[in-house]
Amino acid sequence: MMDNEVLGQHISQQFNADLENIREDVLAMGGLVEEQMSMALEAFTKHDSAMAQQVIDNDDKVNDLEVKIDEDCTKILAKRQPAAGDLRLIITVLKTITDLERIGDEAEKIARLAKDIATGKTSAIDGKLHYGAMVHLGEHVKKMLHDALDAFARMDVETALQVAKLDNQADDEYNAISRQLITYMMEEPRRISEVLDFMWSARALERIGDHANNICEYVVYMVQGQDVRHMSWDEMSRKAREAQ
Amino acid sequence: MTNLISKKSSETKVTEEVVENSAARSAENNPLANEKIAIEVEKLNLYYGDKQALYDIDLQIPEKKVTAFIGPSGCGKSTLLRCFNRMNDLVDIAKINGEIRMDGQNIYQPGLDVAELRRNVGMVFQKPNPFPKSIYENVAYGLRLQGINKKRTLDEVVEWALKGAALWDEVKDRLQDNALGMSGGQQQRLCIARAIAVQPEVLLLDEPASALDPISTLKIEELIHDLKKDYTIVIVTHNMQQAARVSDYTAFMYIGDLVEFDNTDKIFTNPSQKKTEDYITGRYG
Repeated sequence: MMDNEVLGQHISQQFNADLENIREDVLAMGGLVEEQMSMALEAFTKHDSAMAQQVIDNDDKVNDLEVKIDEDCTKILAKRQPAAGDLRLIITVLKTITDLERIGDEAEKIARLAKDIATGKTSAIDGKLHYGAMVHLGEHVKKMLHDALDAFARMDVETALQVAKLDNQADDEYNAISRQLITYMMEEPRRISEVLDFMWSARALERIGDHANNICEYVVYMVQGQDVRHMSWDEMSRKAREAQ
Repeated sequence: MTNLISKKSSETKVTEEVVENSAARSAENNPLANEKIAIEVEKLNLYYGDKQALYDIDLQIPEKKVTAFIGPSGCGKSTLLRCFNRMNDLVDIAKINGEIRMDGQNIYQPGLDVAELRRNVGMVFQKPNPFPKSIYENVAYGLRLQGINKKRTLDEVVEWALKGAALWDEVKDRLQDNALGMSGGQQQRLCIARAIAVQPEVLLLDEPASALDPISTLKIEELIHDLKKDYTIVIVTHNMQQAARVSDYTAFMYIGDLVEFDNTDKIFTNPSQKKTEDYITGRYG
């Protein structure tokens, strides 16, 4: 079992420091990605093109952090040959930052669309209903991401399980939005391309939920050494709780 | 009174259930469930004078696999290894109780032919220790001790053993040279050739690569990998990465106790015991 207390107990102080730095960088990257997502969502709903542009510009920072953390992990693998909990931590970090980077890309996607709408390249579809559902889904996956990062920071399996459970709800909300949008498209075939843009944004939010879910699976692996990918939530939670 | 009896019977039932459960669990978790067992250690205690060095060791060594013993200095791993061919007999103050069985026979039973046991259980030490003789004579030594002196037989076995130890190509043209003129890595492979020349079933390697450079170390590790087709190998090593690379099973020992025994993959990615984790990740115990 891996927990925060054991992280700093290596005989090599340098190794302790290296691992702690990597963990801090992952949390910084997570914080940045969270902010990107919030801003993208706000730019989308408020038709704010300046904010959307800021999200697009900031994506480079996310990418740079991914590259830096990748390099640091590679150095640790080469120099320290970590085993057991340390090895699982490094593997978890490597996988987590890939998902974080993808979340950054999804946020950028939403921001580009928000910019198009704000600058009039695409006209906003009317109807508060769609925006409301979109904001709701956005808030939901934002919470998932936040809690997933929290589970990572605290090495907390129970929080990870709670987040993973929320993913089903995100999927349901996305399906509901896409049904509404399909109805809309049938009613107004001339606006299909605009509605499709809207649909892509909803899809991006749903994907962010999936990435947050992945991070939670890595957390279970990091703490318990159990692989809980590709299974239902019931199965995942049973396996993880049995091992507690 | 009735109450007492019924309480007692329900207690018995609980105990039975616990026993059944734990038996089921151990069968399920037994990493050796599909292996043939070569060496069985049961309740082995070893004392050097008043000091106890091994405590109630229960362990099974699978046949034709590599089992690594790891643990900090003084944990008893070399002591345990030496029990397998009764090298500890040579230490006057060592006292042993418990059993070690090979082929169902306790190797500590009175009257056992120790020379025969040691022929069957070869050993290679930390520092290469070839005899100050020719390469050829080093390998042929064990056979000559057995009274085999026919040149053709010796030639064949020497070639076979040197090939088995991945040394033949390097020395085939200078078999009559003195073995002490070889490099450390070659000397160590010569010692392995000498050990396998008498066709033992078990090979004990006590830190066989710790005095060698990285290239020679890799050659020895490669050799261990090839040898496990034919031999049961037990290796003591301080180099944990080496244990992770060469062994199928790993036993972690700590101050005379066997703390954990499991698949090497399991030990190095997700050990069950905190002591094991602390040791292999380099933490304060």
